[in-house]
Amino acid sequence: MSDPMQEIMASFFVECEELHESLVDALQSMADGEGDVETINVAFRAVHSIKGGAGAFGLDALVDFSHQFETVMDACRSGTLAVDDRLNELFLRCSDMLSDLIRCSRDGEAIDEATAEGLIAELATFAPQEEEAPAEEIEFQPMTLSLDDLGAPGDAPDLPPLDLPPLEDLGIAPPDEDTAPAAGGIKVVFAPDRELYESGNEPLFLIKALADLGDCRTSVALDAPTDADGLSTLGGRLTWTIEIDTEAQPSAVHEIFEFVDGLCKLQVEVLEGTTEAAAPLPDLAPPADTPAPAPAPVAEAPKPAPAPAAAPAAAPAPAKPANGEKAAKAATSAKASPTVRVDLERIERLVNLVGELVINQAMLSQSIAEENIPPNSPVTNGLDEFMQLTRNIQESVMMIRAQPVKSLFQRMSRIVRESSAAVGKSVKLVTDGETTEIDKTAIERLADPLTHMIRNAVDHGLEDAATRVERGKSEQGEIRLKAYHKSGRVLIEVSDDGGGINREKVKAKAIQNGLIPEDVTLTDTEIDQLLFLPGFSTANEVSNLSGRGVGMDVVKTQITSLGGRVTIESTPGVGTTFAISLPLTLAVLDGMVVTVASETLVIPLNAIVETLTLAVDDLKPVAAGQSVLCVRDQFVPVFDLGVELGYRDVAPVQEGTIALLLSPEEGVLVALLVDTIEDQRQVVIKGMQESYGRVPGVAAATILGDGQIALILDANDLVQNATGEDLVIKQKKVS
Amino acid sequence: MSETQDTQAPDMASSSTTEYLSFRIDENEYSVEIMSVREIRGWTRTTSLPHAPPFVRGVINLRGTVLPVVDLAVRLGLEASEPQDRNVIIVVDVGSRVMGLRVDAVSDILSFSDDQLQPPPDLTSKSRFVRALTILDDRMVRVLDLEAVLPSNEEIAA
Repeated sequence: MSDPMQEIMASFFVECEELHESLVDALQSMADGEGDVETINVAFRAVHSIKGGAGAFGLDALVDFSHQFETVMDACRSGTLAVDDRLNELFLRCSDMLSDLIRCSRDGEAIDEATAEGLIAELATFAPQEEEAPAEEIEFQPMTLSLDDLGAPGDAPDLPPLDLPPLEDLGIAPPDEDTAPAAGGIKVVFAPDRELYESGNEPLFLIKALADLGDCRTSVALDAPTDADGLSTLGGRLTWTIEIDTEAQPSAVHEIFEFVDGLCKLQVEVLEGTTEAAAPLPDLAPPADTPAPAPAPVAEAPKPAPAPAAAPAAAPAPAKPANGEKAAKAATSAKASPTVRVDLERIERLVNLVGELVINQAMLSQSIAEENIPPNSPVTNGLDEFMQLTRNIQESVMMIRAQPVKSLFQRMSRIVRESSAAVGKSVKLVTDGETTEIDKTAIERLADPLTHMIRNAVDHGLEDAATRVERGKSEQGEIRLKAYHKSGRVLIEVSDDGGGINREKVKAKAIQNGLIPEDVTLTDTEIDQLLFLPGFSTANEVSNLSGRGVGMDVVKTQITSLGGRVTIESTPGVGTTFAISLPLTLAVLDGMVVTVASETLVIPLNAIVETLTLAVDDLKPVAAGQSVLCVRDQFVPVFDLGVELGYRDVAPVQEGTIALLLSPEEGVLVALLVDTIEDQRQVVIKGMQESYGRVPGVAAATILGDGQIALILDANDLVQNATGEDLVIKQKKVS
Repeated sequence: MSETQDTQAPDMASSSTTEYLSFRIDENEYSVEIMSVREIRGWTRTTSLPHAPPFVRGVINLRGTVLPVVDLAVRLGLEASEPQDRNVIIVVDVGSRVMGLRVDAVSDILSFSDDQLQPPPDLTSKSRFVRALTILDDRMVRVLDLEAVLPSNEEIAA
């Protein structure tokens, strides 16, 4: 029992996440003033569905909260409550809370009841005070009860079956169905007998079939339990009252119920206009002629012994009409393109298999090359096609893993809200390029660093309101989150329109912390890079948000481990932009296979700007062990890869050595010396982080055609450790 | 091997015994709990890692995954030797980590009970890798503490 239940629970929580996403979406567009009538409906439906599911699983905290949330939203929906900024803001906070509650319920964590209660109370101030709210509460109760009852047929033998009155007495006789077109709609009162359940019929399908006729307003009533001998547990206790907005004839309804004829009590009435005044049926003893939707008398009608008044709790209450909700929902789901939910593990397996395929193909190419088969022979042509196919398969597989960054950005909007509230700044988050796709793993692993960067931007980046006004900026700070593709990489930028990096302060702080010597001269870029040093924090006071010692160095490490890099651009008084650049996929890259000191290495192709073959006198020494190369009148620092990796000692450059020009940053060139270039090919990235740990200058490993492992270099890390940061790091080690 | 087990048979009944895989480095005999051994492979050329501690030989391709290989001789402070074709790599599984240990040759599967094991008398920095000692047919067998043998994160970062 527990296993299938857990599975259902798991899929409920997955659904919750999706619902919550659409909720946030809707609320955001409402907050941006782009919302229309449908927007609030979308939000309402999301909360309502969460509540429904939570009710089924007995997640009371979630039910209570979403109920209150939904009540207020419903008031907005029906126009009794005007949505203003204050309410929007409250909705957003509630949606954050809702997501917390969902998470807590899923992970079985303790729920922050105080906050939830606070928000419920806040919501209650908006909630309409008419009886609408309590009515809804009750609507829920009978549902839960009825589910329990139906789910426990084992109880049946305990109770004697209900003495059901003959059908003829109950006015089942069809009304004059062929006359009177149902202009306003049809009201159906449907009370399945025990036999209906016993014969395996499902009332839900019947009601669904009714819904096909038109918009339905459905309510259900549970007969009050009387003393044990007057009652059946298996049916006969539920009565649905369904009002359908339809042009259809009552005969259409009878057609639907044809199969269960004799197994239920059925009343079909034609409603006139939109009023609910029912045309009384000839045979019905107490006509349901009250103007309010009153299933109560109908429900009681077929019962010979009326329920004693002692059971008011279960008395049928008019359910809130579900204003065409079903129809709208159907429309929404029809619009979305068909998707399949696939276990991530299966995709992983596919990715791994494709990885093996690529390796195998490389091995095959290698053995064919060794056979000295002439080019343009059928074998080589076939191999070329095979390579093309492999590449296509690989790209398609990678696309399965790719997801838009939207969910990540949504999480960030929450971070902005919370952190701006914490420091008392008014901040607006502008997002751009939400549909940019990136590997799923990257999305998950970007959440932490991005959160940190956003908090930093809110806390340190943006000035307080007074300073902003003084500087002629709008009082509300702006943080911009942007994602886009650029030359085979994904760029994610976090920018603020704050005061920019105070480089004097940064430098002073670095000197104070002993990270750099006092007399060092640093360029602006170098100063900016100081922010990424471990233990660096310029916040004068440790605030709630940032400055707890977990600094930008962690951000950098996390991003580097994804094969990405972070750059800073800052203009005093105008703002700061942190740009994260990530590889498109985390599984495969185009690389250049080179050898150095008889080790084979792979350098990511996108890092290489140009390759040169050197003559001996191309290199000009400037200091011991440091040379420069003159490329088109530009002096480029030269590093011997073998030396940088510790494979060999500094040696004079041989004739024919190859220099790879890399550009770690815009406008900066460095030359890396290697012995030979072997090949240029796609390689499958095999992580080393898990099995071994981080190796400086190495991004990952791959398996070559001969089965040997080759290291994939992180060219930027390598060069940065050799140059810019080297200075700083060495100084730090001395101190 | 059967002989070894026969001599141990009387003890087996009295207390629980554990099986150990023993191997040689130079002329010394070491062992690890057999349950942590995943497989034994012949020597293949390793790809060296830059800036790795000297006892990390490099990485090899173990059916598509990257397997770091520790040179046990270097790790234990013994004389380092160039790898030979008849050397083997014992693939061990410690906690969540899988690593290879390069040893000279695998010799035997032994079983002894816990009370046959003695803690090493003197804990110098190099003997921290040895968890226990025992005497078997006049030979001393050292039981390795695999957790200690595998490189720690600090050692990798250094």
